[in-house]
Amino acid sequence: MLYAILCYNSEGLVGAWTKEQDDEVMAHHARVQEKLRAQRKLGPVARLMPTTTATTIREGSQPLVIDGPFAETKEQLLGFYVVDCASLEDAIETARPFFVDGGCLEIRPIMYFNAGSNVK
Amino acid sequence: MTDMAWVEAALTSARPQAMAALLRYFRNLDTAEEAFQEACLRALQRWPQNGPPRDPAAWLILVGRNFGLDEARHRKKEVALPPDELISDLDDVEPELAERLDSSHYRDDVLRLLFICCHPDLPATQQIALALRIVSGLSVKEIARAFLVTEKAMEQRITRAKRRIEAADVPFETPGAVERAERVAAVAAMIYLLFNEGYSASGGPEHVRVALCEEAIRLARLLLRLFQSEPEIMGLLALLLLQHARASARLDAEGAIVLLEDQHRNLWNRELIAEGLALIDKALRHRQPGPYQIQAAIAGVHAHAARFEDTDWTEIERLYAVLEAVQPSPVVTLNRAVAVSKVKGPAAGLEMIEPLAPALSGYFNFFGVKGALLMQLGRNPEARVAFDQAIALANTAAEAAHIRLHLDRLQKDSASKRSA
Repeated sequence: MLYAILCYNSEGLVGAWTKEQDDEVMAHHARVQEKLRAQRKLGPVARLMPTTTATTIREGSQPLVIDGPFAETKEQLLGFYVVDCASLEDAIETARPFFVDGGCLEIRPIMYFNAGSNVK
Repeated sequence: MTDMAWVEAALTSARPQAMAALLRYFRNLDTAEEAFQEACLRALQRWPQNGPPRDPAAWLILVGRNFGLDEARHRKKEVALPPDELISDLDDVEPELAERLDSSHYRDDVLRLLFICCHPDLPATQQIALALRIVSGLSVKEIARAFLVTEKAMEQRITRAKRRIEAADVPFETPGAVERAERVAAVAAMIYLLFNEGYSASGGPEHVRVALCEEAIRLARLLLRLFQSEPEIMGLLALLLLQHARASARLDAEGAIVLLEDQHRNLWNRELIAEGLALIDKALRHRQPGPYQIQAAIAGVHAHAARFEDTDWTEIERLYAVLEAVQPSPVVTLNRAVAVSKVKGPAAGLEMIEPLAPALSGYFNFFGVKGALLMQLGRNPEARVAFDQAIALANTAAEAAHIRLHLDRLQKDSASKRSA
């Protein structure tokens, strides 16, 4: 089963990290990714730009374009993983090592997946 | 990451909101600061043991407010304080309560806090110093170091600024739409000044002060989070990101200035550039161009060019013409003249800057550009005069050293001509 691991944290908090702290977090993620790759569990990975770059579109006769993320919340979706895991238990175990920086990880089974291939 | 590093980052990020709410309660900067400091001390004691609260800002606001109220009561009646555990045992504070208290005011609170720091009664240097102290939470020592003054002098500067603000009596009512827009514009201008102070220091040995640039970017992000659909604030953040992306390429290992044309573009920070370009894209959809967006667009044209030779100078010239129309200033015309010289040759550029001489007679870059254009035209003696004037006006050692390189070249030129 494919799972998405969605990484949430307060953007203000992540923005308050020093460059060294940010690098440390990214290095930690890279190490965990390396392990998952070796286990052939790792799918696409993305870190999103800050929500100030986000645009939300609402369907309507004239689609409404709104600046900002879908919802104003204390914690924002900052990035995500796609991983291949045998069970929810396995997915939780797989996600756990990513913790380094507070925040939350949401685990969601993937219903439809298109890995794409023409984006670099 | 260590627990302490985590706690410090949490305190830094909660600071603007917490300080802003405490300022609204107490209506006095010193009291608000004192209350926030106390709340931070308690956070440093508790958070590493008990784990962080779900909403750090709400926690700090409640603890700070209780502390401030107790202090006030204490001063008034000179009675003993209740035992510490009665007032400060806030492990099970209802974050929802604090949220209810504050979320409706959050935006205008933080805006007020930022605006107070850039009150028009304050000179620019005091605005920046105050914002760094009050909003960013830098220590007086750190700010003093950034401005190359003694800690005592900076302390005085900040105290003076606070006194002026008290006298100015900034209203605490929720601002109307026009007033809010004016405040946003004033804050944006202060952030821009702060960035420029870091980007091209106005004195001292260091030509670029990265910490000031980073702090300006942090404040611009904060402002844009508060006003997500303001195209000029998108433009401001985009501009700062695109300029700062070149930071590591702008000076060489010896600290000498490297001009845009000679920079190693692989040293440019691609992540910052991507974010800056995404923000310009977003801003342009609003079709409300303004000075920050136009300047960001100009920086964006440079960022798009893989090599200096690929720079679209025609587009840059066009953008400077728009900027000149929106915000006429001799400095903008000077920059436009540089673009004109790339498109139409140095003579056209020189012709454009000649009328600027009276307005820019004390401006380092004016003489730098003038000298460079004259040199390109082979008018070396005149170029030398202009470069000499530039050196006399240089703000940093790096600026002076850069012009000296040109003078050396002129020297060599004339020497080789003589020997030929």
